[in-house]
Amino acid sequence: MSEQMSNLISVQHLIKVYQMGDVEVHALRGVSLEIFRGEFVAIMGASGSGKSTFMNIIGCLDVPTKGEYILDDIDVSRLDRDALAKIRNEKIGFVFQGFNLLPRTSALENVELPMFYNNVSSKARREKAMEALRVVGLEERWNHMPNQLSGGQQQRVAVARALVNNPSIILADEPTGNLDSRTSVEVMEIFQQLNHQGITIVLVTHEADIAQYAKRNVVFKDGRIKRDFAVEKRRTASEQLATMPAFADEDEEVIELNMTPEAKEQKERMR
Amino acid sequence: MNVLNILKVAMRSLGRNKLRSFLTMLGIIIGVGAVIAMMAVGEGAQYNIQQQIASLGTNVLLVFPGSINQGGIRIGLGSRTSLTPGDLEAIQTQCPSVAAATAQVRTGAQIVFGEQNWGTSVLGANPSYFTIRSWPLSLGQYFTDADVRGATKVCVLGQTVVDNLFQGGNPVGATIRIKKMPFKVVGVLEPKGQSAQGSDQDDIIIAPYTTVQKKLMGVTFLGIIMVSAVSDQAMVDAQNQITELLRVRHKIQPWEDNDFTVRSQTEIANTAQATTQVLTILLASIASISLLVGGIGIMNIMLVSVTERTREIGIRMSIGARSRDILYQFLIEAVVLSMAGGALGVLIGIASSDIISALANWPTLVSPVSVGLAFLFAAAVGIFFGFYPARKAAILNPIDALRYE
Ligand SMILES: Nc1ncnc2c1ncn2[C@@H]1O[C@H](COP(=O)(O)OP(=O)(O)O)[C@@H](O)[C@H]1O
Ligand SMILES: [Mg+2]
Repeated sequence: MSEQMSNLISVQHLIKVYQMGDVEVHALRGVSLEIFRGEFVAIMGASGSGKSTFMNIIGCLDVPTKGEYILDDIDVSRLDRDALAKIRNEKIGFVFQGFNLLPRTSALENVELPMFYNNVSSKARREKAMEALRVVGLEERWNHMPNQLSGGQQQRVAVARALVNNPSIILADEPTGNLDSRTSVEVMEIFQQLNHQGITIVLVTHEADIAQYAKRNVVFKDGRIKRDFAVEKRRTASEQLATMPAFADEDEEVIELNMTPEAKEQKERMR
Repeated sequence: MNVLNILKVAMRSLGRNKLRSFLTMLGIIIGVGAVIAMMAVGEGAQYNIQQQIASLGTNVLLVFPGSINQGGIRIGLGSRTSLTPGDLEAIQTQCPSVAAATAQVRTGAQIVFGEQNWGTSVLGANPSYFTIRSWPLSLGQYFTDADVRGATKVCVLGQTVVDNLFQGGNPVGATIRIKKMPFKVVGVLEPKGQSAQGSDQDDIIIAPYTTVQKKLMGVTFLGIIMVSAVSDQAMVDAQNQITELLRVRHKIQPWEDNDFTVRSQTEIANTAQATTQVLTILLASIASISLLVGGIGIMNIMLVSVTERTREIGIRMSIGARSRDILYQFLIEAVVLSMAGGALGVLIGIASSDIISALANWPTLVSPVSVGLAFLFAAAVGIFFGFYPARKAAILNPIDALRYE
């Protein structure tokens, strides 16, 4: 348990200023935060409050203008490009709102991709990628192209790609932003399962009910942390899914309200 | 990422845009093809000259009337008439390094035998001509020194002349008419076939030079004296001996230039070779410009490709690709394009040099060196022109690349 409670991420007075011509945009105005191993943090806040900027910096995709960032006892602010690439490859898994899969590349190959950059043998690569697809429940779709998969399935492939290198942390920036409510919960179920196995998860969302699946919520406002609290009534995704009926049955009555009289007549006749 | 994987990725992304990849390669294909074809034309000419040296023998010297300036250009050849039968005699008897010497006078003539008519060239020479050129007989005999002294109307025929005048019959002993004058045929030469320049060496009649001078041409001076040295090593000695002898005979004062020129076949051929070498280089440089244009085409397409795939670059970077992984990926794509273009270009080049040699009747030679050079040059073009776009991709900021729309 002591291992679980050690510090994974520690940022101090993080400042990020974007220079847009003459105008300076202060995206982060001094953010300090500690995240422990095994945590499941949801970052919330209004659009433009600096959530994505913060995620990109702790994901080593971007560097802060000022401030200190320590990941897994490594002072990341002092690393060069190649060292950052290595950290992204070995310690971090990303999930984005827009899935960001390579087009015209099969699900399996997309999941294999991170392993190309740390010299895993082709056999081990295939095995590990299949295993990751099994975790997200898509092993049967391994040879499908992204455009042959639904949004929820694409996002699950992205999750498989994020976890295939056994990262210390998975960072997800609005992973459910492009998904309907049920597939959103399905993705949260996978996250909860991974977190249960010990992977630290940081997730950005502006939906309060999605944030309820996390253990801790951090609220951003105007580039600062406004609130930071443990989730009181945590939801369990698998339980939620059990109570959520599939689309067709659930919304039959709602759809009827939208129908013209002609359409209703036609529906009656079909019975 | 290891090379094999990068290669696979490169092949795949090229395969996705087949038409575009092919059109990009076309520049390189045409460039390499042109370089190879042009070099084949030039090297064919050089090979030709080497063959010529070999066929004429390496111990042969030619003495021309008139002088040759330093650039190797003959001035006033034919207009000078300085070489005499006495000079020939003196060269033969007074130069220890000379093995044999023959006069050479040449004229064109119409030949008639019975109903048959044939236009050919008539060469006047001494019997030693056949020794110097090592030209054996297939029938009859050579004419003799006595025939030369007496200017007898006898001759030896090349096989082509026999074929055209006698249609299979035996010509030895027959009398033919050269410029309406009766000549007795004493022998037939063995066929030599085509010369290195592609002319028929057997389309010739050889007669004593005195006969040709007096009976056919009405002149007393010699055209060229052809000399063979006793050995390859004696060439320089022979050349010096002839020069000294002729200066004395022609009463040339020490401050005056020679009124004749002694040249070895090799020297003449070398001059010609130097000229064709310049030609080869010129042709190849013009052709390489198209290779350069092909390279610019590759650069253009790679820049488009980097822009189109900015998001892919961002995704790869976000999962751990280093700058050099991205650099190699695009560089190898460019190199694959140019090498594949180079390989196809080699085929096109070989094919077109065959076509040139068939259509223009110009001998061409595709040397492995020129193929290797053109191919390497194509690969270098790929690296050179692929580097800038690849670097542009590699130094992208991961987050900017990911956000690129
Ligand atoms: N690349 C950029 N250049 C300029 N301004 C930016 C850039 N990225 C983000 N910003 C600005 O920084 C602020 C925070 O953006 P962001 O972190 O994306 O917010 P959020 O993800 O919470 O919606 C916004 O005002 C946004 O306009
Ligand atoms: Mg955002």
